Amino acid sequence: MYSRVRRSVLGRMLPLFCLFSVAFWSWAAMAEGKVQASSAQRDRKSSPQPARWVTADHGAHPILQQDFKSPEEVTKACLSCHNEAARQVHQTIHWTWKDPADREGKMGKGGLTLNNFCISTHSNEPRCTSCHAGYGWKDSSFDFSSEEKVDCLVCHDTTGTYKKFPTKAGYPVTEPTTFGKKTFAPPDYRAITASVGRPTRQNCGTCHFFGGGGDAVKHGDLDSSLFNPGRELDVHMNAEGSDFTCQRCHTTEAHFISGRTYKQPAFTERKSLIDDDLVKLISCESCHTDKPHRMGHKANDHTDKVACQTCHIPSFARAIPTKMYWDWTQAGQKKNGKPYKVIGEHGKPTYDTKKGSFVWEKGVTPEYFWYNGRMDYLLLTDTIDSKEVVKLNRVLGDKDDPNSRITPFKVHRGRQPYDKGNSTMAVPHLFGKDKQAYWKSYDWDLALEAGMKAAGLKYSGEHDYVETEYHYPITHMVAPAENSLRCADCHADQGRMAALGGFYMPGRDRQPLVDIIGWLAVAAALLGVTGHGLLRLVSGKKKG
Amino acid sequence: MAIKNLYLYTRFERFWHWMQMVLVVLLIVSGFEIHGAFRLFGFETAFLVHNSCAWAWLILYAFIVFWILTTGEWKHYVPTFAKIFEVLRYYLSGIFRGEPHPVPKSERVKHNPLQRLTYLMIVSVLVPFQMVTGFIYYFYNSWPQAGLGLNLSTVAILHTAGAFAFLVFFIIHVYMITTGRTVSTHLKAMFTGYEKIEAPD
Repeated sequence: MYSRVRRSVLGRMLPLFCLFSVAFWSWAAMAEGKVQASSAQRDRKSSPQPARWVTADHGAHPILQQDFKSPEEVTKACLSCHNEAARQVHQTIHWTWKDPADREGKMGKGGLTLNNFCISTHSNEPRCTSCHAGYGWKDSSFDFSSEEKVDCLVCHDTTGTYKKFPTKAGYPVTEPTTFGKKTFAPPDYRAITASVGRPTRQNCGTCHFFGGGGDAVKHGDLDSSLFNPGRELDVHMNAEGSDFTCQRCHTTEAHFISGRTYKQPAFTERKSLIDDDLVKLISCESCHTDKPHRMGHKANDHTDKVACQTCHIPSFARAIPTKMYWDWTQAGQKKNGKPYKVIGEHGKPTYDTKKGSFVWEKGVTPEYFWYNGRMDYLLLTDTIDSKEVVKLNRVLGDKDDPNSRITPFKVHRGRQPYDKGNSTMAVPHLFGKDKQAYWKSYDWDLALEAGMKAAGLKYSGEHDYVETEYHYPITHMVAPAENSLRCADCHADQGRMAALGGFYMPGRDRQPLVDIIGWLAVAAALLGVTGHGLLRLVSGKKKG
Repeated sequence: MAIKNLYLYTRFERFWHWMQMVLVVLLIVSGFEIHGAFRLFGFETAFLVHNSCAWAWLILYAFIVFWILTTGEWKHYVPTFAKIFEVLRYYLSGIFRGEPHPVPKSERVKHNPLQRLTYLMIVSVLVPFQMVTGFIYYFYNSWPQAGLGLNLSTVAILHTAGAFAFLVFFIIHVYMITTGRTVSTHLKAMFTGYEKIEAPD
């Protein structure tokens, strides 16, 4: 009787337990599976770019059927119809190199900010302004009110043949000229103007992928690999997929291109197309909303504190190495009396007499900061503390600020000259054929004297070197969902957020006292029951 | 002395007991993984398991409380200090000398005074404490709407402390199972419902 009851009860209970545990596990597994489900299938579909945006055939316009002698003639022809265009461009940072959002006119390459690459454009214009959307900015006498000096073609050429020469202050060549190993041909203006169109990645990338004087040098998330990226490198610009142009996110109105500038965040309101059909698509949330993951997914709960980029750009410079460290103090060394270069492991120079030594890295893990979309830039007129690392720009934000989110950054570190007498940063005159140019005579004092003078600043005549940092928000090269960070990348002892303090993060933080007391209590319980059990065993044997 | 076979644990009681066991084990293991004590499931799975179990337990707990209240089983959890020192003395020394238990189980008295006190504290203090801290933790993102000016670290640390208490209880409880007439008597009883008791003739 007893055994029959036992069997039947056990027989009924056991399957029930099994059923429940199986149900649990399959539920958990399913939920997990959904997360990892083939992301390629889940990629959002976006319409391809229209083959043509415009209702005019530029090749048929009589004004364009001429043999242009200079690029300014092209601009004049463009302006004969697009009569507002130059004045629109004049208002933008692409033209002024000063942030229009900064009323004092100090922010920007044309102002008083600086970096730790080639430091400043002042006195180096003919080289730097090969990336200016204009013609002839070779020194401070450039006329910024000239309409014909606006370069329409650098942004609107669709043939890929229009090239500004690297050292001609924004002009293309008039006869075939070599620069290094490359030969630059004079543009065929007739053919180019006949097929002008909206900018492609090719146009923007001509400058923005080569910031800092070469491919991938500056940003880490913008380089020539984005001309034709695969899905792994950038899900949006994926040439085989949605093939976004830059303006797909950098919504453009009348030559004003949305995006972050020195004084102005990329966006101030977290709005999506659902809230406002004319919202600029500059933030991830403009299209994806602030609840972009499937309903109930914990990642949706992170969007108030963690920027999308943090998880979805797990590393930058994934295809081409970027410069991470630049030591100007090493510049000027010669071999057999001649300048030289050393090519390092990535096929990139690790030493260059003109510039010093570099460190390049590929597939770099970003550094993370609380970021409210604003940065603060050091000016050449600001006093520095040379004993500290000088932050040439600072990431603004705080864990307690509701507008700040944890955001990935590239931090470019370096050592560069400063004005010891005045305790300010300093501008070297690098480029030029004159004796004062550093790249000519390798004399810092001459170069700094000339550079500071060109920038309209005082130089004490005494220089030394200081450690500097420059921060770049990482926002391009969004990886496919399946390559995004996993929970434990951050929720762990030495995870990615290890450097961010002052808040509790599960998996990373604990109260040591509670843990010590807790584990001691667990150990005591284990010891206690083991001792008790052993005593029972021993005493039982004695009895027996 | 004869051996009596008492039917002590009804089917639902056994069911909730074992379900709770499964849930407690899963919650402790996944919880301590989320806490960063070790890696087993992986953080994401541990998180899913922990939250699923939390909801499951909330539902189960409602049924358990309802069952305890409506079946009169609450009588077995009314604390008493009568014979509590005898029970303590038994576990500290009598058990080694083969003395009989001072409070033998019966249909009327399923739990000895020590058990009553322990289980009452678990069901009325520790479980609700873990549920309250746990669900506050779970709804972290809704604190601002709910007007809760809490600190995540406070909630998380309280929840961790509760988890340690549970782990300690679990260890001792599992050991106490072996202190029946034979090592497996109590365990069998919780499967079959029938406990063999040495009763005076």
